[in-house]
Amino acid sequence: MSSLEEKRFPGPLRGQILFAIVFLVAAVLLLSQLGDQTKWMKRTKFFAQPRFWPMISITGMVIFGGLHLWKLPRRRFVRADVVEWRVWFFAIEWVLWFLLYVILVPIIGYLPVTMVFMPLLVWRMGYHNKRMMWVSVGFGVAVVLFFKAFLDVKIPGGALYEYLPGALRSFFILNF
Amino acid sequence: MDLILSSIEILARWDVLLALLAGSVGGVLIGAIPGVGPAVAIAILLPATFSMDPIVGLTVLLGIYGSSMYGGSIPAILINTPGTAVNALTTYDGYPMTTRGEARRALSLAYSASFFGGIFSVICLILFAPILAKIAPMFGSREIFLAALLGLLLVVVAHRGQALIAAALACFGIFLNTVGLEPVKYTKRFTFDQSWLSGGVNLIVVVLGLFALSQAFYLLTGEDEKVRMTKLRGGLFQGLRELARHPRVAGVSGTFGVLMGMIPGVGEFTAQFLSYTYAQKTSKRPQDFGHGSSEGLIAAETANNAVPAAAMVPLLALGIPGEALTAMMLSVFYVHNVVPGPQLFQNDMDFVVALYLALLLLNILVLVFLLFATNQLIKVVKIPNRFLGAAILVLSFVGVYSLRNSFTDCLIAACFGIFGFVLKRLSIPAVPIILGMVLGGIMEVKLRAGMARVKTFPDFFKDGRGDDTSLRPIAVILFIMIIGVLIIHFRRVWLDRKELKEAKWSTKHASTNFGMHLSRRKDYLLRERGRKVREKHLKYNPRSTGKR
Repeated sequence: MSSLEEKRFPGPLRGQILFAIVFLVAAVLLLSQLGDQTKWMKRTKFFAQPRFWPMISITGMVIFGGLHLWKLPRRRFVRADVVEWRVWFFAIEWVLWFLLYVILVPIIGYLPVTMVFMPLLVWRMGYHNKRMMWVSVGFGVAVVLFFKAFLDVKIPGGALYEYLPGALRSFFILNF
Repeated sequence: MDLILSSIEILARWDVLLALLAGSVGGVLIGAIPGVGPAVAIAILLPATFSMDPIVGLTVLLGIYGSSMYGGSIPAILINTPGTAVNALTTYDGYPMTTRGEARRALSLAYSASFFGGIFSVICLILFAPILAKIAPMFGSREIFLAALLGLLLVVVAHRGQALIAAALACFGIFLNTVGLEPVKYTKRFTFDQSWLSGGVNLIVVVLGLFALSQAFYLLTGEDEKVRMTKLRGGLFQGLRELARHPRVAGVSGTFGVLMGMIPGVGEFTAQFLSYTYAQKTSKRPQDFGHGSSEGLIAAETANNAVPAAAMVPLLALGIPGEALTAMMLSVFYVHNVVPGPQLFQNDMDFVVALYLALLLLNILVLVFLLFATNQLIKVVKIPNRFLGAAILVLSFVGVYSLRNSFTDCLIAACFGIFGFVLKRLSIPAVPIILGMVLGGIMEVKLRAGMARVKTFPDFFKDGRGDDTSLRPIAVILFIMIIGVLIIHFRRVWLDRKELKEAKWSTKHASTNFGMHLSRRKDYLLRERGRKVREKHLKYNPRSTGKR
């Protein structure tokens, strides 16, 4: 393939090959499971079969995913691809931060966890000054007050709130 | 008149007006922060709106949708960074005006053009609503199936150069929608005997993962950008006067915005492209375009702001969203058991007009807010990117967790977040996945219902009630449009390939290579000819070789 095709490719080329291969392999695996994971009903029209739409969609994924891979201007791995995969891999750190936050909220409570989580994350991002710490705490409090106290979204009170005395307990469960 | 009055009655509630104010001001703020965008904000706020009245919830989301593009023009003009993706064209003429000391004029003109686009489209649609109310009931299951298919097709072909992966991702979206318990025969599809997959993959969870969490991961892994801000002095009112000097450009751009907005899957970019091209071709100073042309700025901003109101047409009249934002809004309708479609136009026309009036009011609110608050508002542009990433991560939690208080939902959203992050890094569009999920569900239901009495392919376009076998004109038109879109797309692909081939041969390197190839070919042919002549000679004079 010529470099002209690489230049005209809409978007960066790094990482494209791995994405295309993984997508195609996943689609082929799903296609192999089509018979096992869907049913073909007797006395039912072709278009009303439970298998019809999964078949159409997965076949489309295989065909278009395959064509996308075939039409890529560069179908070999280079060093830039490895650099890109590292970026993808290290993004998992933020997933772990997010999941940790999700685990801690029902245990400790939405307000205290957010008030600690936000500055910790901001610290991890490299903002080590007091101003940013206070701004992040303020932001955390504002988010909790806006969504839990004002909009009344369904976020359960923390298990630790159960240890608070009488009225304070129900106040915290309802608002924070 | 009664219709308008009953629509005003729906809107004349303090909670609706508050929602409109919050949505419009919030939308401007979100639009003004590069890296956030309306999709992230709507995805986060979506579950919070489920507990509100449909009109209140929709007004908040409409507010954000309709006003974010106003805000997006601020960083586009001042720091050459579009606040939302659709403000990219604004940078072409807005930023050059800033560099020559006309930032105030550019902002004022952008606000005025956006205001004109917004108002123009709402007025067009209010006038158009009675006709739409007559056409919408003509859409049966088959027509809605074809319209959804056309919408999906347009979304795919709109991604020029990426149509194959867009099609693959749209199919992935359709597949995601099929996971879980099938609603008619109650059989399991791709659940792998996992209880958490029996209920299917929730659209909101996918939306939050693909739009909000992925954006958070993207910003957290990136770097902060240094912003050098231009100070604004003076008022911003002169833009309306300047806009009045270009009524033709504004009118045509607004019309393109309305028309493109109504076609599912087309949207702002095509409207802007057509308007900008028209304005440049008909301008007395085409050379100024891209270097600070007021006409270019008017064309770009009028067209993109005329789209949101028009994009509500396929959503409200047929229940078919044309883009990710309207797809998200569709879920608000479903949660409240309000089914958008022909029935909504027949039975609740006042609700539809109320939404249009809300959009009208929104444009006025936003213009007034921007005229007086721009100097303060431009400070939000300075918020560091990575801090924004942390903020979006915390806000995304509210969106996902408040749905069902489920850790599994958060895990699925995080997985889609990583998937969306990879798509963003590779500049691959995520919108086809969402539209595949939404339109796939619509197509499955409507095709099943539509095919109940169809035996052969031509029957699909016939009424078939008793002896009546008259044609269904809208189905035929939609089918012709689908074929037309496919022909245009393949023709464009063929032309692109032809152009690429020509471009390949026009480079010096390619022509040198071709010259060498010809030279080698000539040598080869001469060698072959010599060999054949020698062989022929040998055949008739066998002794001649013996002597040598």
